[in-house]
Amino acid sequence: MSNVPADLKYAKSHEWLKVAADGTATIGITDFAQNSLGDITFVQVPKVGTALRAGETFGVVESVKAASDIYAPVAGTVVEVNKALEATPEKVNQSPFGEGWLLKLKLANPAEAAALLGHEDYRKLTA
Amino acid sequence: MNVFAGRSFLARPVRGGLIGSMSLPQATPLNAFHRSHGGRMVDFAGWDMPVQYGSILEEHKAVRTRCGLFDVSHMGEADVKGPEALKFLQHLVTNDCRKLFPGRVLYTCMCYPHGGVVDDLLVYMRGEGDYLLCLNAGNITKDLSWMQEQVKGFNCSVTDRSPDYAQLAIQGPTAAALVQPLTKAVLADLRYYHFTQGEVAGVSCLISRTGYTGEDGVELYCATNDAVKLAEAIVAAGAPFGLALTGLGARDSLRLEAGFPLYGHELTELITPITAGLGWVVKFDKGPFIGCDVLVAEKKKGSAKKIVYFRTGDRRIVRAETPVLNAAGAVGRVVSGTLSPMLNEAIGSALVEADAAKELLTVDIRGTLLNLHLVKPPFVSLKKT
Repeated sequence: MSNVPADLKYAKSHEWLKVAADGTATIGITDFAQNSLGDITFVQVPKVGTALRAGETFGVVESVKAASDIYAPVAGTVVEVNKALEATPEKVNQSPFGEGWLLKLKLANPAEAAALLGHEDYRKLTA
Repeated sequence: MNVFAGRSFLARPVRGGLIGSMSLPQATPLNAFHRSHGGRMVDFAGWDMPVQYGSILEEHKAVRTRCGLFDVSHMGEADVKGPEALKFLQHLVTNDCRKLFPGRVLYTCMCYPHGGVVDDLLVYMRGEGDYLLCLNAGNITKDLSWMQEQVKGFNCSVTDRSPDYAQLAIQGPTAAALVQPLTKAVLADLRYYHFTQGEVAGVSCLISRTGYTGEDGVELYCATNDAVKLAEAIVAAGAPFGLALTGLGARDSLRLEAGFPLYGHELTELITPITAGLGWVVKFDKGPFIGCDVLVAEKKKGSAKKIVYFRTGDRRIVRAETPVLNAAGAVGRVVSGTLSPMLNEAIGSALVEADAAKELLTVDIRGTLLNLHLVKPPFVSLKKT
């Protein structure tokens, strides 16, 4: 049974989003995703300043098994990336909702986040 | 996220085996054992096997620093027995079986007349006219058919013994220390590529000082019905030695780090042992064998292509089928690729035009060109007793 925190929003493509009061959001991949991938060996994220459209591929999470595209759940501009993942990509396996966060976006339209899945619906999706 | 199906065996769909073939995968005697220990099961060569129990990288590191227990019961076994068994084996395989004496093991290829490889295998000499062969799981049916055809005219027989044997591998620097208290066989006297018949944890075993990891260790061949008892005894004795359960994922990254070929990758029906860099298992002075004319010609003329091993200095895995490029264009393809947990960089092997191997070779990983640094394997130092 994977962990699905109640205070996050989820995309069907297994990214999670945590909106902050200042209109930025942190994005990562879910516990279900990291478990499916296995040992994560490399994470590729865009440069700070990159503008992303909702649903656009923004990076790759590589594991021993396969390489997987990651999709932006909502539109925004990259304001920070998790540099620690360069040396220790396994943090995504160990703490997918914590230390394994991928990037932070300045949201183009904060209301877009409301259209994402809540934890109950995401849990059903991955049951 | 969109999970691409990688081309390695690790990405093959699990359970039921309905994709690609309509038959269910076979189970080894340890199937329930794997599941109860949290093994993540996949269909490997028609067998329901654990790829990993936890983390492939951690299982790999456990074998390099402590020890790991692998279920390799899916491998095939065949008896070759009779007055002309040696004569037949000399004809069948590329290596010189006259090097064998009772208790000795030999690694070899067996080839088609055109020089491509049927399989790579181990030959165990039990006694005069009495040999045991260990075959790759994915080639059992093919190998047995091939050998039954080739044995015609020789006064000996080939018998499939695969259903009778289970096999466990205990590999790593603490492996021998773990097994010794469980057996009267003196492991200090059992040298690399030698074997003895004995008992481990009360289970009758062929105890073989061999392995596919590049570490010290043993491979234990026992009766199918004894496999669970043996595995449980090893696990029970394992804690002081840091024993980890290890799956096929780690088995693949360990063998690649050790520079060992995997049939279907570095060796195939279209890749000869000479092309694969296994000229050392081809003995032209032992008399004729299947494929020797073609292999002699290849050795004289030089191979058109060769298997090379590489590291990249980068963590991005270079997957099988990735084109290998020189300044002019594609000169080959990657056949195996993984992340080396010991080197912390991507390693792999590739089949490339022989001339190109002397130039700068690159691969394109999602738009970035990475240099391949060719390495004479192994990537880590091998431990032999």
